[in-house]
Amino acid sequence: MDQPVNRTEQLQEQLKIVKAESPWKIAIRRFARNRLAVIGLVILVIMSLICVFGPLFSPYTINETDVSNKNQAPNADYWLGTDKLGRDILLRVMLAGRISLTVGLVATAISVAIGATLGAVAGFYRKYADTIIMRIADIFLALPTLPILITLGAILSDLKVEPGKRIYFLMLIIGLLGWVSLARLVRSQILTLREQEFMQATEALGLRDNRKIFRHLMPNTIPIIIVSATLGVAGAIITESTLSFLGLGVVPPTPSWGNMITAANNLIDFRKRPWLWIPPGLCILITVTAINLIGDGLRDALDPKMKNR
Amino acid sequence: MAKELVEFRNLETHFKTSAGTVKAVNDVSFSIREGETLCVVGESGCGKSVTAMSLMQLIESPPGKIVGGEIIFEGKDLLKLNKKEMSRLRGNEIAMIFQEPMSSLNPVFTIGKQITEPLLYHLGMSQKEAKARAIELITLVGIPRPEKIFDSYPHELSGGMRQRIMIAIALSCNPKLLIADEPTTALDVTIQAQILDLMRDIKSKMNTAIMMITHDLGVVAEMADFVVVMYAGKVIEEAPVLELFRNPQHPYTQGLLKAKPVINQRQERLYSIPGQVPNPVDLGDNCHFHDRCEFCMEICKAKTPPLRTHADGHKTACWLYEEEGQAQ
Amino acid sequence: MSESVVQLDKQQNGAGGEPLIQVDNLKKYFPITGGVFQRKVGDVKAVDGVSFTINKGESFGLVGESGCGKSTIGRTLLRLNDKTEGTVTFEGQDLHELSKSELRKMRTKMQIVFQDPFSSLNPRIKVGEAIGEALVDHGLVSRKDVKQRVIETMKICGLAEYHYDRFPHEFSGGQRQRIGIARALIMNPEFIVADEPVSALDVSIQAQIINLMSDLQREKQLTYLFISHDLSVVEHLCNRVGVMYLGTMMEMAPTEELFSNPLHPYTKALMSAIPVPDPTLKRERIVLQGDIPSPANPPSGCKFHTRCPMASDICKQQVPEYRNMGNDHFVACHFA
Repeated sequence: MDQPVNRTEQLQEQLKIVKAESPWKIAIRRFARNRLAVIGLVILVIMSLICVFGPLFSPYTINETDVSNKNQAPNADYWLGTDKLGRDILLRVMLAGRISLTVGLVATAISVAIGATLGAVAGFYRKYADTIIMRIADIFLALPTLPILITLGAILSDLKVEPGKRIYFLMLIIGLLGWVSLARLVRSQILTLREQEFMQATEALGLRDNRKIFRHLMPNTIPIIIVSATLGVAGAIITESTLSFLGLGVVPPTPSWGNMITAANNLIDFRKRPWLWIPPGLCILITVTAINLIGDGLRDALDPKMKNR
Repeated sequence: MAKELVEFRNLETHFKTSAGTVKAVNDVSFSIREGETLCVVGESGCGKSVTAMSLMQLIESPPGKIVGGEIIFEGKDLLKLNKKEMSRLRGNEIAMIFQEPMSSLNPVFTIGKQITEPLLYHLGMSQKEAKARAIELITLVGIPRPEKIFDSYPHELSGGMRQRIMIAIALSCNPKLLIADEPTTALDVTIQAQILDLMRDIKSKMNTAIMMITHDLGVVAEMADFVVVMYAGKVIEEAPVLELFRNPQHPYTQGLLKAKPVINQRQERLYSIPGQVPNPVDLGDNCHFHDRCEFCMEICKAKTPPLRTHADGHKTACWLYEEEGQAQ
Repeated sequence: MSESVVQLDKQQNGAGGEPLIQVDNLKKYFPITGGVFQRKVGDVKAVDGVSFTINKGESFGLVGESGCGKSTIGRTLLRLNDKTEGTVTFEGQDLHELSKSELRKMRTKMQIVFQDPFSSLNPRIKVGEAIGEALVDHGLVSRKDVKQRVIETMKICGLAEYHYDRFPHEFSGGQRQRIGIARALIMNPEFIVADEPVSALDVSIQAQIINLMSDLQREKQLTYLFISHDLSVVEHLCNRVGVMYLGTMMEMAPTEELFSNPLHPYTKALMSAIPVPDPTLKRERIVLQGDIPSPANPPSGCKFHTRCPMASDICKQQVPEYRNMGNDHFVACHFA
């Protein structure tokens, strides 16, 4: 035998230069180098902190009406002014933020849970499971989302569901309508992975199905799930706002960014009292932009095709 | 000896990466003479393709950049030309064929359109002249029924046919230099033999100089007049082909020749060069091969050996052949 | 180990050994579907009636150009694909008749090493786990001993202990191929299919891996099916070689016999097409005309007749018989 010892030493030499790094750490490092994405993350974190903790410092309470101070322009007491019932706009914007963000997150969580599971099942078992799931997906895709949401919203109004409970229905509805694209992504990713030699190796090694799915396939789909979920949150916030704006999502007195903008429907409010609708509108714009920046950053960071840059 | 067509003088092409600067081409000098086939051999990552891409100025920047040296083509320094002058030269006087004949043809255009394009653009031919010339070229590269091929799309052709078409396109403007980057690596051996035959044939008919990049010493032996061996961004040996195979001087060249199993010469055990190519980031001032070399001396770890002539037309960069090395 | 002993070893392990794998008239067709309703419109005959035997301790080489079906044979042999027709017998058991659980048990005895060192390792699993997971999953070794076994195997394959916690992307192609070999080796298989294990590697690394594989074979009495497009590698490593063309075995013989006395015109052409690193050698080369036909629509009669320099009318009409010419030398050609 000539050189095994020698060989190993040299490998050692070589690898001292390269630090051990998991693919996740590399992704984080690449994300951190993307300036726009980091800005997006910072904005989102600040926004969330304000919405979650801001109301604790507010001297007002949510439904406290003060007719003597109605329709005030921004001033030292009311930083963003008050509405026609004398409620503090700043407090309402923060509380609305809690609701919009929660609706976005929960709705996305629901659609990710459904989409990832169904996509994985379709991709791994193929045959009948695949055909059935993908045909259901086609049906969902063929449904026009907005009219359905409007119809469902109208039904909720008809059934006189309490405003507090409406949010839960809303999350469920948005979540149930949003899983299709992710299911397709996960399915196609798994179909591609199946053809990779390392998946053939798991077959040749005789590994059990659950090990193949949970240890080999799923971790490789997590990047696309993360990216798609991030962008999904932005989409869900927009959907929620749209519905609430139309009076079919979150309804007053519960505040949401969407239903606060409804003020702009009133010509006098629109022209004379911009503090009623500009703050919630800006909040939507900033939050959604920040989330999209993060999503793009994550996509670049997690894309395996981009080599260590 | 024929006149020099291209001369690389101390070419330096660097790539910026997060880990540091990679000197992909590090102080490389050699020349290609008119009508000669020069083979650049080396393993992946040795800088052989980057050298060719630098000549064509197809280095993607960033991360890559030619930071120093000159590339003299017919008396002009290519690195000083502007974009327009360079693009007139490219495909006209210098043409290139690549390893992947599938991805280098555009799938949505017919073969005919892709062959006539440089004729119309560079030589200003009319449509009719261009078509006649294209059919002539398709015949030249040994494809039967050229009129039919003229109207077909790339996906209708096999890999070997596509590589022939690439060669036809490259030859369309009678280039003085043809750069072939691993032209047969993606092909089967029997098809490779056809393409190599074709290239030899073309060289003798058209007197085109060929710069051929390959990792296969068998291909080198068949094709080359002159050989340049590269390792980790540097030229470590160059010689006329017979001289190089008869009398390889650098331990790396010797190792490469011994490591390849040769048909009908069965050995019990293959010679193998231990270890692997060094990390290309921040290579120090030393012989980059020293940690794999069985003749490694102290000086090899401390100083880069110069590329110097040790026999007629045979240059080597190795301390074994230097007085400083001999002294130890 | 001295050379003569090695020679002796090879003879004992070679043709005289008992059969480990018998492949009989194996066919594997892949359906081509077309049209709106994805109806079957034809078959790609990737493997079209191939028979051979691999003896214990032998290394059998399969060579051929792309599309000749050599990789499909390797995979069908391990039942990574289903067969279309024929039988594959491993130690007397028909592999394609086994139930899922019986097959799973059988998997520990036969392994595969892949061509592409990049796609053959899961990028998100550490090397140590990738090598050892099959031991755990099959319950062959107790959990606390797994790491020990993995490290032993890694060392045998020329890797170091500290590589255990690294991820595949930190390794070069040659090292990844060592990891792939270690993964196949750890269950102590009897039989390994090596599917072009060195074609993606540089020459200097190729030699290291070839040497590793032949050392392992000697130490562990392994049986190899070595698939390659490179005749010189096969000649170096194998005792017996089969040459395939378009899903059919054209010629099969012990290595020395095949290389000193090739009978099939395709084998001859293949040998002469390999560039030899010797510029002084001016050989009479047989350059085959034309392209490899599509396996979806192979030529009639002898599949090679469209490119064969010796072809005559009989070749277009009659499929040549695959027959024994003595010395274990089989060939399918009318003129042999």
